[in-house]
Amino acid sequence: MKPLELMEEIKVSVTSDPDIVAARTRGRAMALQLGLRPTAATLVATAISELARNILMYARQGEIRIALIEHGERRGLVIVAHDEGPGIADVERAMEDGFSTSGRLGLGLPGVRRLMDEFEIRSALGDGTTVRVKKWNG
Amino acid sequence: MQVPILKQGAFLVAVIQSALTDADIVQLRDAIVSKVGHFRSRGVIIDVTALDVMDSFATGTLQDIAHMVRLRGAETVIVGIQPDVAFAMVHMGLTLEGVTTKLDLEEGLDHLERARPATSDR
Amino acid sequence: MTLTDLRKESKPAPESTAALLRELVSHLASNRTQLREEWIRRITEARLLQAMTKEEIFAEATSVYDSYVEALETRTLESLQAYAQNLSERIIPRGVDTHEVVGIVLLLRDVLARSLFSKYPSGILNDVMDAYEPAANAIALTVAVGFVRERERIIREQQEAIRELSTPVLQVRERLLILPIIGVIDPLRARQLTEQLLRGIRANRAKLVVIDITGVAAMDATVANHLVLTVESARLLGARVIVTGLSPEIAQTLVNIGVDLGKMNTVGDLQGGIEEAERLLGFKVIPMGESAPA
Repeated sequence: MKPLELMEEIKVSVTSDPDIVAARTRGRAMALQLGLRPTAATLVATAISELARNILMYARQGEIRIALIEHGERRGLVIVAHDEGPGIADVERAMEDGFSTSGRLGLGLPGVRRLMDEFEIRSALGDGTTVRVKKWNG
Repeated sequence: MQVPILKQGAFLVAVIQSALTDADIVQLRDAIVSKVGHFRSRGVIIDVTALDVMDSFATGTLQDIAHMVRLRGAETVIVGIQPDVAFAMVHMGLTLEGVTTKLDLEEGLDHLERARPATSDR
Repeated sequence: MTLTDLRKESKPAPESTAALLRELVSHLASNRTQLREEWIRRITEARLLQAMTKEEIFAEATSVYDSYVEALETRTLESLQAYAQNLSERIIPRGVDTHEVVGIVLLLRDVLARSLFSKYPSGILNDVMDAYEPAANAIALTVAVGFVRERERIIREQQEAIRELSTPVLQVRERLLILPIIGVIDPLRARQLTEQLLRGIRANRAKLVVIDITGVAAMDATVANHLVLTVESARLLGARVIVTGLSPEIAQTLVNIGVDLGKMNTVGDLQGGIEEAERLLGFKVIPMGESAPA
């Protein structure tokens, strides 16, 4: 029986292509372990894939942290994608929904926001980027 | 990781076996486009049953493949998208617009055979 | 309240608290039979656990008492949590309510407290209660929370099951599925519908799906959006969707919202939709009363 506190967290360094797959595979595993439905676990894995790729493409390196969280009776996952890269000049623009027919979504952030229950981004030019998303059970 | 691409008559069949890195996906694209030209295939089937995640890069590249293959006069069919994956894709807005999608290999081949019937030899 | 709080709240020095608790535990252990009986008597008096027989109450009371004392002794809540969950799993189906579980634990706390009152003289009684109370409260909380969690889990499962029952995906013909949607579509139900449909498409190798929305309670932007997502995801699995039951008003609403009706086949009513589907699948539709061509 686990005590009622946040305790498990994994950290994946994102510095190369295979790290994207690694991060999302481990994220999926944690989601399933938490009791998320397989569909929800896929949403988590997909979001992690997008966030990890952004790190690689725009900052060359960073990290993804995935942790179990609790809020009262609910349990969930928080995913934090962080890099010390160049940052996003216009965060609002990046969050706008303007995808081309090729399926390329720029930073894919609006899509990630739609997949997750909570979404938070902090970024500024020259100041790196941190995206924090949460997916709850139930 | 190389994805095996097999020739099945006038068509090519690429069956993805496991999770692909971005580099693998790009390699697959180049291999398919090259083989379609080489064999003058009329159609390509890409089986993604083994993919547990299809994100914007994967779907974007699949669309690129379909586009490039079409330029060579052939049609691409994507088969085997998992229910959970389809669910995630549409929620992200990744609809694979303009690309034929079928349930499985059998349906994919059936579609290609109807759409591109072999012209009889004279 | 966690074990950490439990330790912080005791005012006397930790060593003497530990010593006091050990003393309490040995008192409670040696008077086990008598205190347990007193407790069962008070449970019956308060008309709690009426869904259970005398033997069952005795058996459970013994387990709870022993777990309680063990928690005091080891000053950890792990095995109590496990026991509480186990107990809840057993008694919830029997119809035992939250107030009864909380009630009996509080009664036990009281019975034991009174026993301590009568044993210890007033000089040391304060220290004894300072050691006992936080521990007893943590225990009561643990049992109550464990019970409530289990109940909520069961309720969630039941609701999920009800939702699934109320939206059956019907297979009418080979390769054709019909999904009649009736009632209110909240985001949770919409998600469930889509998942069920996709699994159904896969399992039945359906090429065509008729989604009938005649019975949908209210069509607004959210519901319309879910519908579009469902149609799009079905397409990714190679299935074409025909939407039926669209009244002209609803069609107008959808267009106003910005839904591209060109993305989906729409037919007026369910019957028409099925016929269209069968036609697309290559079945011949013969009206009743006519014989097939020779």
